[in-house]
Amino acid sequence: MFTRVLRPLCLFLLMGFVVFPVHAINIDINGGQEGALPIAVVPFGFDSPVPVPVNLAGIIASDLKRSGRFAPLAEHDLISQPHTAAEVHVEDWRLLGTANLVIGLVQRSGAGYIVQFELLDVFKRGNDARLTGLSINVGPNENLRRVAHKIADLIYKQLTGDRGAFDTRIAYVVAGARRGRHDNAHTLQVADADGYNPASILTSKEPILSPIWSPEGARLAYVSFESRRPVIYVQDMLTGRRDIVAEYPGTNSAPAWSPDGRRLAVSLSKDGNPEIYIVDLESHSARRLTNTNNINTEPTWSPDGSAILFTSDRGGSPQLYRMPVGGGSPERITFEGSYNAGAKFSPDGRRIVFVHGNGAENHIAVMELSGGGGLRELTHTNLDESPSFAPNGTMIVYASQGALRVVSVDGRTPQSLEIQGGGDVREPTWGPFNKQLGE
Amino acid sequence: MAHTVRARWFLLLVLSAILMVGCSTEQTTEGASAGNGTASASSTGTLGDGNTLAVPLVSGHEYSPEDRMGGGFDNPASPLSKRVFYFDYDKSDVRAEDRAILVAHAQYLANNKAMSVTVEGHTDERGTREYNLALGEHRAQSVRQLLQISGAAPNQVEVVSYGQERPAAVGHDESAWKLNRRVEIIYRRQ
Repeated sequence: MFTRVLRPLCLFLLMGFVVFPVHAINIDINGGQEGALPIAVVPFGFDSPVPVPVNLAGIIASDLKRSGRFAPLAEHDLISQPHTAAEVHVEDWRLLGTANLVIGLVQRSGAGYIVQFELLDVFKRGNDARLTGLSINVGPNENLRRVAHKIADLIYKQLTGDRGAFDTRIAYVVAGARRGRHDNAHTLQVADADGYNPASILTSKEPILSPIWSPEGARLAYVSFESRRPVIYVQDMLTGRRDIVAEYPGTNSAPAWSPDGRRLAVSLSKDGNPEIYIVDLESHSARRLTNTNNINTEPTWSPDGSAILFTSDRGGSPQLYRMPVGGGSPERITFEGSYNAGAKFSPDGRRIVFVHGNGAENHIAVMELSGGGGLRELTHTNLDESPSFAPNGTMIVYASQGALRVVSVDGRTPQSLEIQGGGDVREPTWGPFNKQLGE
Repeated sequence: MAHTVRARWFLLLVLSAILMVGCSTEQTTEGASAGNGTASASSTGTLGDGNTLAVPLVSGHEYSPEDRMGGGFDNPASPLSKRVFYFDYDKSDVRAEDRAILVAHAQYLANNKAMSVTVEGHTDERGTREYNLALGEHRAQSVRQLLQISGAAPNQVEVVSYGQERPAAVGHDESAWKLNRRVEIIYRRQ
């Protein structure tokens, strides 16, 4: 009905009679993403009087927006609300200048649903206009939010060429979890990558630090002060079983998984000084890699398993060093700025992300490991820390002054990642991929 | 933010008032569960080690857990009354003016074998949490070494680093940071 009124107007505009204020095309892009791809995600239709419990289109749009690479149209800017390709009047959407259009329909199917969606390019004709689409059977106990994340993953892949990482999980620590009350609880939580469905897996009055996902995604390693000193644990998230990995005298901290999930690189001060060790999870034997009187911590394992990167102040200020896993002499790899620490490899091993400071502020920076060696700052707020790559390598989650944020690796404006329940949120770690649709 | 800080200070004032009353009327209760509000051992105990209570309090006649052990730990004329030592940014060297005081602690330990200390290393919030854990450890190790060189036995000195996790002062500038870059010596009876 709305379209019926609008289409003659559009014709007018096309003919050059621009006599109306074009408020319909006043697109509101929060966060102002330069170069972000406009996309229209139309609220999905539903064939039953009982509404769908979740807003699939809203979840898809906010996933795409958070990536920094898309600028979804606000719902009130949608020119019409088609649910099937037959209902789409391409001329309307062409006038908006938004090539990419997502439509969908949810139908009841027994106790579950069938979710259909299509991604259309309104500037293409006939069959070419349909870029991708799928009909998904959703069982009664399946999570519809996850279906929306999986659809967002497919759209992201279709339009960017990169696998989407929306249907993934993050883990993080919340301090003072009960909002409005100043208590000392530290809670280790796991949530969907958009901050929804948080679940606590450990609560302690003492600090919890450095959670990190195992490569297969079933376990978390972390540091807990629950025995009044830092001890490294590995917790199986399905069974809840916890194993102590290192509780030597002194500091046991900074766990990093080997790519095969069988060892942890850690920092131990059992011999009086924080040094890098590799601990075998089966035998619990610890092999020492560094030997100095300086700080050696924050090891991270290269994805090909061959090298360890770590932070050391052996050169006078905290900088990043790389050494072979089998041992050898460390090579300094950062030279810009007085503070470079807490590195993590990108999933392809080609770049690292870390905390970079020049004496005044700390920002998140990335650096290519081959060629040049120059770093790029991705953030410009102060006290940014704990960066962690998404499994597709295109986004980075990090903590900034008590909240989580996400920034694309090409440095578009960081987007905030609201954790349901709030609190002082810190120490994010991004989990591995889940199975995608069609796999 | 300013609101929260003000609210915390208010809470602190109220709490410290309560604790002062509690301490002066009932000094013999289980030491660790009662509050201590002295600047010298500000973040060592009380109410689940809340960060709010960790702000150094300026108050009159309260007694630290150490003082209740005897030995005049809270006598301002005694070097043992100073049990918090501050550090420069990203440094773990004991400041020159603190050396004589640490030597006095070492001598006290040498003469009182039933006593031992936990040396807690802390940092300000800048930089990564893991690096700060290591930096706090280095600071505590500097103090431990000085104590041992000066007469304390190895089994009398235990080191733990909390990194940036237990700030003594709330705030995001140097006025708070300089109070957080510290080592605290906490006495206990072995």
